[in-house]
Amino acid sequence: MTDAMRASAVEHIPSLNLVAAEPVRTRQESGEPVVEILSAEKIFANGTRGLDPIDLTIREGEFVSLIGPSGCGKSTLLKLVAGLSEPTDGRLFWWRGGFDKVGEPGRQMSFVFQDPTLMPWSRVETNVRLPLDLAGKSKAEAKQRVDAALNTVGLSDYRRHFPRQLSGGMRMRASIARALVTDPNLLLMDEPFGALDEFTRNKLDSDLVSLWFGKSLSVIFVTHSIYEAIFLSTRIVVMAARPGRIFGEMTISEPHPRDDSFRTSQRFAQLCRDLSGLLTEASLASSG
Amino acid sequence: MVPLVRSEAFLRIVSPAIAGAAIVLLWEAFCRAYQIPDYLFPAPSAIAATLVTDAQPLMRALWMTMRVALIAFALATILGTLIAFTFVQSKVIERAFLPYAVVLQVTPIVAIAPLIIILVKDTQIALIICATIIAIFPIIANTILGLRSVDHGLTNLFALNKANRLQTLVRLRIPSALPYFFGGLRISSGLALIGAVVAEFVAGTGGRSAGLAYEILQAGFQLAIPRMFAALFLITAAGIVLFVAMAGLSRLVLGEWHESEVAPET
Repeated sequence: MTDAMRASAVEHIPSLNLVAAEPVRTRQESGEPVVEILSAEKIFANGTRGLDPIDLTIREGEFVSLIGPSGCGKSTLLKLVAGLSEPTDGRLFWWRGGFDKVGEPGRQMSFVFQDPTLMPWSRVETNVRLPLDLAGKSKAEAKQRVDAALNTVGLSDYRRHFPRQLSGGMRMRASIARALVTDPNLLLMDEPFGALDEFTRNKLDSDLVSLWFGKSLSVIFVTHSIYEAIFLSTRIVVMAARPGRIFGEMTISEPHPRDDSFRTSQRFAQLCRDLSGLLTEASLASSG
Repeated sequence: MVPLVRSEAFLRIVSPAIAGAAIVLLWEAFCRAYQIPDYLFPAPSAIAATLVTDAQPLMRALWMTMRVALIAFALATILGTLIAFTFVQSKVIERAFLPYAVVLQVTPIVAIAPLIIILVKDTQIALIICATIIAIFPIIANTILGLRSVDHGLTNLFALNKANRLQTLVRLRIPSALPYFFGGLRISSGLALIGAVVAEFVAGTGGRSAGLAYEILQAGFQLAIPRMFAALFLITAAGIVLFVAMAGLSRLVLGEWHESEVAPET
């Protein structure tokens, strides 16, 4: 097994060299905070403790994955950041300010849901344009941005299609295009590729990571997949359940851009083992 | 190449036509073989003959009934939609008035039609009111259901993009409600016709404004059974035309995106 991994790592050395030859950017921990979560806790109306007080800071340019057993509150935490729900106690800051800072120029936030969440009655282009329409952007500007977003996700040829005419992966791409159309600075993703087959998921992961690399974009990414978290993230936050809390953190210092050779490298396998161990501990610590 | 018998056009049009023709032929043969008199059970040929000879009064009666049904249908659509929109704006309004909408629905129109006809001086208006009452409920119920059946994720998406109430209504709630609304429209169009006929039976309006129900009553009194069947045939035909028109409208609006109107891909 180890030999096989070594063999595949050796095989991919040329492409690794190629990566190293390009200007390598490692995201700094010292960027400006985009979201600060200060002892935010969530107790649901029925008395369930969704989240114990959480302290977490997401800095500019970070790609942070939230991972943990089901019921650990990772989606709840993401909803707090999105402003879709309010913490029972504690505070959140966006760009060092209140929620009204969100939406200012250079402070755009987008959300990608678990499902594509497209309007079935609208064509792909209208779905993608929705955030701009709601914000009252001019037709010309909207058209240009929609073109760019569709181009980024590779759906330019499908702009006149209805969602039902697309495959699951293509619907998710449309959903991502809609999130990108506002040129977000903070992208929140709630298990966006969970329902897709592994091949499509890997492809979209690769696309996402190169997309993130090309922009000054911070991402918070909720996932169940160890491989996905390691492949994408600069930092992984491991959560435990009942009550939901942060159990541990892992920094992935592998330089970007990452490609498929990283997936098959021995470092990747080692990181998977480490994260898997941390997750097992988190599951054991989740009572019930 | 699909065999003729299994092609879509054959299944949809030719096969019911053949079945209908067979039934009519059997009916005709039965009436002739046993020499059943017209005043008991007329043969299709006798009914057709009456349709031609009495075309003028029958067509005028048909128009009177259709006019009542169409006005009632239009009123039910407009009022029903307005009521549904009012109801979804506030739980209090809905809780306060929905029980009475249900009362209106469950009370047999035959039972309240005499009251309305006494209260309202103009018989035509009384007929329209009766038909509207019977036709309005499916529109109210379906439109409310539709306006409430908004995808939760899309609601969140609109909230995240800070959409205002009007934007959410126009771009999210109304499109979500359309399939339900058209379902209501289809049921309601048939009910408006039934309402018009039933109210006419109760009112028994004769003279210049007599409709098809009055024709049926009169034909029954005079034992002009072929004419009765001819009137019945016209009512049924009118109902089918209304239904097909509503189905067509629904396909026109929803055809491109809604599962109910999209042909399965093969």
